[in-house]
Amino acid sequence: MTKGIYGVIAEFDNPTALVSAARAAREKGYRKLDAYSPFPIEELTDALDLHKNKLPLIVLIGGIVGGILGYALQYYVTVVYFPINVAGRPLHSWPAYIIITFELTILIAAISAVLGLLALCGLPMPYHPVFNVPRFALASRNRFFLCIEAADPLFDRDRTCEFLETLEPREVSEVAH
Amino acid sequence: MPDEPQLVEPPAPREIIAPGYTFGTVTDQIATVVLTRRTPLFWFGGFAVGLALLLLFLFAVAVLVTSGIGIWGIQRPVMWAYDITNFVWWIGIGHAGTLISAILLLLNQRWRNSINRFAEAMTLFAVSCALMFPVLHLGRPWLFYWLFPYPNTMGVQPNFRSPLVWDVFAVSTYATVSLLFWYVGLMPDLATLRDRTHSRFARFMYGIMAMGWRGSARHWAVYETASLLLAGLATPLVLSVHTVVSLDFTIAILPGWHSTFFPPYFVAGAIYSGFAMVLALAIPLRAVYGLEGLITDKHLDNSAKVMLATGLIVGYAYILEAFSAWYSGNVYEMAAMWNRMTGPYRFHYWTLVFCNIVAPNVLWFKRVRGKPAWLFVSSLVVLVGMWLERFVIIVSSLAQDNLPASWRVFQATRWDWATYLGTIGLFLFLFFLFIRLLPMISIFEVRTLLPQAKVEEEVHG
Repeated sequence: MTKGIYGVIAEFDNPTALVSAARAAREKGYRKLDAYSPFPIEELTDALDLHKNKLPLIVLIGGIVGGILGYALQYYVTVVYFPINVAGRPLHSWPAYIIITFELTILIAAISAVLGLLALCGLPMPYHPVFNVPRFALASRNRFFLCIEAADPLFDRDRTCEFLETLEPREVSEVAH
Repeated sequence: MPDEPQLVEPPAPREIIAPGYTFGTVTDQIATVVLTRRTPLFWFGGFAVGLALLLLFLFAVAVLVTSGIGIWGIQRPVMWAYDITNFVWWIGIGHAGTLISAILLLLNQRWRNSINRFAEAMTLFAVSCALMFPVLHLGRPWLFYWLFPYPNTMGVQPNFRSPLVWDVFAVSTYATVSLLFWYVGLMPDLATLRDRTHSRFARFMYGIMAMGWRGSARHWAVYETASLLLAGLATPLVLSVHTVVSLDFTIAILPGWHSTFFPPYFVAGAIYSGFAMVLALAIPLRAVYGLEGLITDKHLDNSAKVMLATGLIVGYAYILEAFSAWYSGNVYEMAAMWNRMTGPYRFHYWTLVFCNIVAPNVLWFKRVRGKPAWLFVSSLVVLVGMWLERFVIIVSSLAQDNLPASWRVFQATRWDWATYLGTIGLFLFLFFLFIRLLPMISIFEVRTLLPQAKVEEEVHG
């Protein structure tokens, strides 16, 4: 970023303060902002309008792929690759295929849920600018943070700091890159 | 929105954890167990027992590999005895962990938040112990990968019409999904440990495992979706696993096995023994680590109620088993049931009836459910009873099948015992490592139970 910092961050004591701060920042017109909390907060998801994500679609596709893969594997092995004729019973014995089809559906769907989670969150990401804020270690304990990023068109180093100060945080600090 | 129907406000739930906790104290209390330099004597004791039994297990496996599975007591017609009994028993124990982590999550039972982490760990370790038995029973365990379909020079493939192959897929899927679910649940807590520890090495290791989790609201939103989806996937999975295990028996035409009510009967039994194990682990842990404020008497009470309910289902299944043998009019079915009750395994049978049907009825009394020591004893009784149940189903049906000329009573050898006790050692070993290295209670989920976690909304006009 040309401005040299990642953004400014404000620290709050409780989830209520964080949610109202996030709402106020959205109302003010800031869009490039993120909140950090030690546990998921439903209202924060609402305030930042984060309800839509692609994970259900990824898992659905994973499940369908898994199911098709499971059935096709069994069909191929028992009908094409390694057919065994037992007393003239049909080679394509679909009722016996159900369980493995089901298990592979669950398996691939679950794996895509976890990989999808990591991909959508951009993890693993061992380094992130917010970690430069010394007090940020408390974000995984008992403090709540709101960060307005420098990439926001409305961002201005001083005015954004002043705005965050009006939200009555414990502390406002700049986030270095 | 004025048109929106007003939801009836549910009555304020009683606090799940003891009053007086804050975000900070919850975090510190759970994290300190891991981050402290001082390890309690209890831990060394438990770990030593686990390690000793694990060494016994390794010795038994070494003898098994060099001598063959003839060192066990299995002979025709009882080719499945302790090994499959132990497999079914361990897999069953694992089920409570998934029930707590997935099904109770979907049912919005928030009290689960303080017990789901170690219950899931219990699942993982129980499944690892379970996997030992069918693999060792192969005789040449190093060729276990022949169970999977892969292109090979032998030109053969597994038989997908066999329940034993279904088992391979069901159990390996179960182990994988349980591991993934557990790891996803751990990520935020690993970040907490990364931020709290003073050791550079620990910070590095927890940092790697936490993958850079920073509690961003964007991440939490996806994370919540992922938890719900994984719970939704794990729920049918856990019900399917013991169903598939029971199909190993029901698809055979052996009297005493060939029955359609085995799947629900096995699943109920699995949850029954699993909750018994949850109680057997939770009661000593909370006493030693002073976690009574997080794993409260309410948790023990609820777990005991689940145990009682599933125990009654299991009791119903025993009655139904006897009834359907009689009602079938099939002479072999009736004889199998009669042999179970009066034959060489009558001692096992009546002990299991006592342990699983009679003894748990003390849990009807609130006074018993309120006494951790009593609960601990009754959970051990249930664990013994469920082991005997699997033993009786498997061994008594095999020992006395359709042809009296081939009957033979199974005698366990010391290697049967060594392998079984050895997996208990493996379980304890893994479990004690877990409570020392990872937070045994989900820190972030317990934070959500605190009254402070509720966002107070100003009333909008």
